[in-house]
Amino acid sequence: MGEAPQFFDEMGGFAGDTRAPYASYDGWLSETSRPALLKKSLEAQAFFRRTGITFNVYGEAEADERLIPFDLIPRIIGASEWTTLVRGIEQRVKAINAFLYDLYHRQEILRAGRVPERLIRENAAFEPKMIGFDPPGGIYTHIVGVDLVRTGPDQFFVLEDNARTPSGVSYMLENRETMLKMFPELFSRIKVQPVQQYPTQLRRSLERCAPGCAKGRPTVAVLTPGIHNSAYFEHAFLADQMGVELVEGHDLRVVDGRIAMRTTRGFEPIDVLYRRLDDDYLDPLNFRPDSMLGVAGIMDVYRAGGITLANAPGTGIADDKAIYSYMPEIIEFYTGQKPLLPNVPTWRCAEKEALAYVLEHLPELVVKEVHGSGGYGMLVGPAASKAEIRTFREKLEAKPANYIAQPTLALSTVPVLTKAGLAPRHVDLRPFVLVSPQGIDVTPGGLTRVAMKQGSLVVNSSQGGGTKDTWVLKED
Amino acid sequence: MLGRTAAGLFWMARYLERSENMARLVEAGFRMALTRAASDSEEWGSVISTAGVNNAYLARHQAYQADKVVDFMLRDKENAGSVLCVLQAARENGRMTRTALTREVWEAINDTWMSVRDALRRPVTESALPEVLTMIRQQGAQVRGAITGTMLRNDIYSFVQLGTLVERADSTARILDAKYFVLLPHTASIGSSLDNVQWEMILRSASAERSFHWLNGGNASPVAIAEFLIFDTRLPRSLAFCYDAITDYLSALAREYGLRTPAHDLAAQIESMLTSLTIGRVMENGLHEFLSGFMAQNAGFSRQIETDYRFSE
Repeated sequence: MGEAPQFFDEMGGFAGDTRAPYASYDGWLSETSRPALLKKSLEAQAFFRRTGITFNVYGEAEADERLIPFDLIPRIIGASEWTTLVRGIEQRVKAINAFLYDLYHRQEILRAGRVPERLIRENAAFEPKMIGFDPPGGIYTHIVGVDLVRTGPDQFFVLEDNARTPSGVSYMLENRETMLKMFPELFSRIKVQPVQQYPTQLRRSLERCAPGCAKGRPTVAVLTPGIHNSAYFEHAFLADQMGVELVEGHDLRVVDGRIAMRTTRGFEPIDVLYRRLDDDYLDPLNFRPDSMLGVAGIMDVYRAGGITLANAPGTGIADDKAIYSYMPEIIEFYTGQKPLLPNVPTWRCAEKEALAYVLEHLPELVVKEVHGSGGYGMLVGPAASKAEIRTFREKLEAKPANYIAQPTLALSTVPVLTKAGLAPRHVDLRPFVLVSPQGIDVTPGGLTRVAMKQGSLVVNSSQGGGTKDTWVLKED
Repeated sequence: MLGRTAAGLFWMARYLERSENMARLVEAGFRMALTRAASDSEEWGSVISTAGVNNAYLARHQAYQADKVVDFMLRDKENAGSVLCVLQAARENGRMTRTALTREVWEAINDTWMSVRDALRRPVTESALPEVLTMIRQQGAQVRGAITGTMLRNDIYSFVQLGTLVERADSTARILDAKYFVLLPHTASIGSSLDNVQWEMILRSASAERSFHWLNGGNASPVAIAEFLIFDTRLPRSLAFCYDAITDYLSALAREYGLRTPAHDLAAQIESMLTSLTIGRVMENGLHEFLSGFMAQNAGFSRQIETDYRFSE
C-alpha cells in the first residue's frame, strides 16, 4: 500500500504489514485480479438494485430510493478482539437498562449527584408517562446498536449508544448474503461466524418479553411509519425474515383493552410490537396529536399491561448526546466496575470552561447537536471552511447547551475497491445487541459503515457513506 | 393476513394485468395502422376509448395521432392509465405487501418496473415500438411465472388471482363494448374488408386471434367472435373463464377461512348468468346492454371483496 499510513488500517495496521485477521484474506486477494474484482463489484450493485435494497433519502424527492454503496472488501475482526468488544458492550447495555429503570423509579443516580438533575428534567426524551411503570420482562431496550470507532490496535471507543430504534441490521444480513453468493470460495477457506440467525433470535427475544395476557405463542408485529420512511426496506425485511406481520398505524386499533390488527378475518390482538416509529408519533392521544402514524390509545394499553413495546417509550433519554458524556459514571454507578469500552472525550458546551475551550479550538474539533442524528447539523472542524466555522460559532454561542464537542478522531481505515485499485477509507462499526430477560446477545458481526470519499470522516449513509460486510472470525 | 395486505395484493395484481392490457391495445392499434391504407386516426381513437381514457386524452391533445396516442398510452405521467403509471402503482402495492410475496415475485416486479421505466425514459420511436411492446409483454409473463411457480396456494395467492381475473374480465368486456357496433348482425357492411379488420382488432386486443382462427378454421363472424370472448371457457380472457376461476378461488378462501361472504353470492350470480345465457339471447337483448350490465356487476363484485375482507377501515 505504498508509504506508511498515518491512520490505523484494519488490514495493514500502522506499518502496512498484513494483520493476523486478514492473513488468509490477503492471500486470496493476491491471487485475484483487479478486473475480476471490479466485475464482482458491478454484479453486487445490480444484485442490490434488483432485490430492492434501497434507502430513501429525506429531502430528495426525485431520487426517492437510493442505493447505499456496497464495498466488497470485508472488515475482518479477530475472535479475541471480538470477545473483548462483546464484554464491553454487554456491560454498557446492562448499565443502560439499569439507568432507565432507575430514572423512571427512585432516581438514585440523581440523588447521588452523579448525573445532573437538570439534564433529565429539561430533556424532551424523558417520558413522564413511564414514571413508576415496569415494562414487561423488565427490559427497556430490547434492541440496541452501539457505534464503535477504532484508532489503534487496542483503541476502541464508543461513539454513540443507539437505544431508540437503531437501524442498519438489514444491511448486515444482506451484505453477508451478497458476499456468500459472490465469493463462496472465500467462506470455505476462512471460517467466519454466521449472522443469519439474527431474525430468529430477534423474534425469540421479543417473544420472551410478551405481556402476561399473551396466550400460546406470542403474536409479534413490526410497526412501520410506512412505505416512504427511509428505513422501510428494513422494516419489511425484518418482518419477512421473522415471519410476522408488518403493520402501519391505520391497521391497528384498541379492541377490548388490547391493540389489535385489522386482518381479512377480523381484528387480532398483538402481544409484542417492535415499533420502528419515534416516541412522539406513537400515540396521537398521548403525544403528538397531529400524528397520523401511530395508534390512538396505545400508551394506555401499554401501561395497563396489554402489549409490549420494543423498545420501551422513553429510552431516548439514555442515548441522548448530553447524557452520553456521563456514561462512564453511569456504568460505574450500576455495575460497580470501570467501563471496559471508553467514551470519546467530550466537552459539554453547557459548561463555561468547556465552551471556552471549544470556541478556541473549533477547527480541530467535531461539534454535534445534542439532539441531532444522522450526521445532520454537525461541524467537522478540520474539514470545514472558515465561513462554515464562523456560522457554526454563532449558533454555538447562541445556544451552547445544545452542543457537545469531541476531538477529531483518527478513525481506522479499511481498503475499498476503486477503479484505480485499493484505497483506504475511514470506517466505524455498529454491532447489534438483543436484550431479553434471558440475557444479552451480541450478533458476531455488525454494520461497518465506510466514508466513500477520500479523507472523509463522515460515514452516515444520509451523507453518502457506504457499507461493508463485517466478519468475525471463528478462531484467531 | 392484514386487510391492507390483501388490498395491496389485489391491486398489485389488477395493475399488473392492466399494464399488459394497455400495452396490448397499443399493439393492436399499431398493427391496424400498419395494415390499413386509409386514415388511421379513427383506429387510434378507438384505442383511447377502449382504454377508457378519452377525456384525459382530449384534455392533452386535439387529434388522435399515432405518436401522440402511443406516448399517452405508454408513458404519459398525466395519464393514470399509462403503462408507466400503472406499473408504478403495481410496484408500490407490491412494495407495501413485500412480506406476503416470495423473493422471486418481488424481484420480478421490481425488475419489470426498472426495465420498463428505462425503456420508456424517452418517447418511443416507431421503429423501436415493437421491441418495447414485446418487452412489456415478456416482463408480464416473467411476473406471472414467478407467481405460479413460487407462491404458496393460500389466501395470498387467492387475492392475487382474484385481482387479476376481475381486471381481465373488465378489460375483455371493455374491448367488446368499444366496438360492439361492428359486431351487430344487422350492420350493413357485414363481410366487408372493413369489418374484417375491425374484428381482427378486437381479437388481437384480447390476444385471441390465433386461438380463434385455430378453432374456427378462418370463418370469422361477429356472433362467433362475441361468443368466443364472452362464453368460451377454454379462452383464458373470456368472461366465462374469468368467473369460473373467480368462483374457484373464492371457494378456496371460504375453505381456508371457514366463512362465505356476500362476495361469494355475487360471484355465483354472475357465473350462473354466464352459464345459462346464450349468445343468441345476448344479441337479442342487446350486446351493449349486456356488456355494460356485466361491467357494473363486475365492479360491484370487486367492491364487495374489498368490504368483506376489510381492505380498509
